[in-house]
Amino acid sequence: MDEEYDAIVLGTGLTECILSGLLSVDGKKVLHMDRNDYYGGESASLNLTQLYRKFRPDATAPTDIGRDRDYALDQIPKFIFASGGMTDLLVHTDVTRYLEFKQISGSYVYRDGKVNKVPSTEMEALRSPLMGLFEKRRARNFFVYVQNWREDDPATHQGLDLKKVPMKDVYAKFGLEPGTQDFIGHAMALYLHDEYKEQPAKETVLRIVQYSQSMARYGKSPYIYPMYGLGELPQAFSRLSAVYGGTYMLDKHVDEVLTDPATGKFIGVRSGEETVKAKLVIGDPSYFGAGEMKEGQKVRVMEEGMVVRAICILKHPIPGTEDVDSLQIIIPQNQVNRQNDIYIALLSHHQGVCAQGVYVAIVSTVVETSVPEKELAPGLALLGPIFDKFVQVSPLYTPTTTGVEDQIFITRSYDATSHLETVVADVRDVWQRVTGEPLKLEKKVVEVQE
Amino acid sequence: MSKQFQFKLVLLGESAVGKSSLVLRFVKDQFDDYRESTIGAAFLTQTVQLEDGTTVKFEIWDTAGQERYKSLAPMYYRSAACAICVYDITQSASLEKAKSWIRELQRQADPSIVIALCGNKSDLAARRQVSQEEAQKFAEEEGLMWCETSAKTGEGVNEIFDRIAHKLPEVAPLQAQRGTAAAKPAGARSVDLNKGPAGPGTPESCNC
Ligand SMILES: Nc1nc2c(ncn2[C@@H]2O[C@H](COP(=O)(O)OP(=O)(O)OP(=O)(O)O)[C@@H](O)[C@H]2O)c(=O)[nH]1
Ligand SMILES: [Mg+2]
Repeated sequence: MDEEYDAIVLGTGLTECILSGLLSVDGKKVLHMDRNDYYGGESASLNLTQLYRKFRPDATAPTDIGRDRDYALDQIPKFIFASGGMTDLLVHTDVTRYLEFKQISGSYVYRDGKVNKVPSTEMEALRSPLMGLFEKRRARNFFVYVQNWREDDPATHQGLDLKKVPMKDVYAKFGLEPGTQDFIGHAMALYLHDEYKEQPAKETVLRIVQYSQSMARYGKSPYIYPMYGLGELPQAFSRLSAVYGGTYMLDKHVDEVLTDPATGKFIGVRSGEETVKAKLVIGDPSYFGAGEMKEGQKVRVMEEGMVVRAICILKHPIPGTEDVDSLQIIIPQNQVNRQNDIYIALLSHHQGVCAQGVYVAIVSTVVETSVPEKELAPGLALLGPIFDKFVQVSPLYTPTTTGVEDQIFITRSYDATSHLETVVADVRDVWQRVTGEPLKLEKKVVEVQE
Repeated sequence: MSKQFQFKLVLLGESAVGKSSLVLRFVKDQFDDYRESTIGAAFLTQTVQLEDGTTVKFEIWDTAGQERYKSLAPMYYRSAACAICVYDITQSASLEKAKSWIRELQRQADPSIVIALCGNKSDLAARRQVSQEEAQKFAEEEGLMWCETSAKTGEGVNEIFDRIAHKLPEVAPLQAQRGTAAAKPAGARSVDLNKGPAGPGTPESCNC
């Protein structure tokens, strides 16, 4: 371990592995370490033994719901937009060759006590019970406007400057009812709460376009998902990094992040007796004091809210959903008197994440009260009998500085959104901070052939 | 029409036993006395034609050096249809390492994975530390294929890939049934991200 590296990466979560892969492809000498003996950190998918070790260390995993290795349970429920920033990254780096993707079979939204399919085509929309006849006409006008809108073509703006006008004014112009607004803002633009209505409308319009494009790509839902769980993604990017010369060390405890006493700049990391030096370090918040600050340690991360997630093992599909093998249900906050939406993500053995006949639903939301688990009740109520349930409350951490000054670059925790676009945003953000330039995905990476 | 199969094959074994050399001999019929330890592993393919016209295409994965600090990602062998666990006949410790990979595969990989135990560097028989009997006995007990090879002379190399190529189509239906990625049944519902977007109403794959 005596060599000097361009970059040390701490933690093998998805964000870190993507960055490690991109840096290695860029010719940087990378050392990637993880304190665990497995890849993925928070974004690892767990088998039953690992799940029990984490949630019920004193109990043994059940043997009557299939084999241990049939399970790959995500801790952070997220899907991939069929057409979005994550798919761009996957295709650009060619890690798609290490992975196999399945389509998520349905996207649903909760309204007035019932679960409704989010229309995937215009025909479905016109048959959907989500809107009345006149409202359908108004909504149609709105969607035509969105589809035609081009930032650089004022003729498509209809007098609205979307960079300034808040979204609520756009809704008002098209006369959309609150229920339709809920549907558009939460089930399509995937906002977790209603603050977006006060913000300039452009972002919302772009999100709707992304949703529609993703929906159109494969047909049934806007999402795809990797076989054997999300934990395959960090592994695939770690292979990319290794193929380009990155060095991997799992099961390596990081005892200290060393800085220059005078300048505060990063020097290296210490693991036991060994010290490795590098120009910079990138790592997840848990390597920089998140959760357990040591005395005298510099404050590098802060908590900004919490997410509660319940992994639920079911022995049946979710009632009222045409028994699909995988889906998302969004419960918009307004529907259940909350400030933040509740999400349900369902997977089954078709995605290689559990035994045949078993379904895994993860219910999650942003914590608003002191009894987080109770906040999930409206979501849990939709699942039917729950065979077993594992609940976790996770603080979300964010770095206190950009890291440019001390060359210590910290990534963000995985948030409550239902997709990986915020992870991609974080990757781009860290890349910009590290290299001083925006991440360009122009040239396609092609693996070296010997 | 003759059948075509494509299988993922992974190589496992201690550093310097000759994994990359075996691949190079099989794919390009070359050998290099001064090979450097693998970083930046190649991803190679090679096709074997069987007597009945069936073609078996191997997608060959090398470890990219990730196993060096016990850090090989399980994804590497998870959806593999076959694995060659290589040891060096002049290093008895390398057989122990190969055995531990075999145990790992038996625990984590698809149960129908075809595993070959391969004693490489047979041209160095004068320095032999692992007897043929010992290795063969272990392979028989565990239900594995076994062979000795020399990537240097080429002895036994094509034979082992050939034997695997013959065995795989027999177990392919089993793997396809389990949904092993390596043996995708035709019309599986996987999506190909490298294909352009399908228009609305023309889903790329269907549920039927
Ligand atoms: N004599 C002899 N030497 C061999 C044979 N196969 C490989 N070697 C030599 O053994 C050394 C290691 O071979 P590699 O193919 O790089 O071994 P590897 O298993 O890929 O090693 P790592 O990439 O470090 O895991 C090289 O110097 C090869 O030339 C063989 O059959 N006979
Ligand atoms: Mg090699």
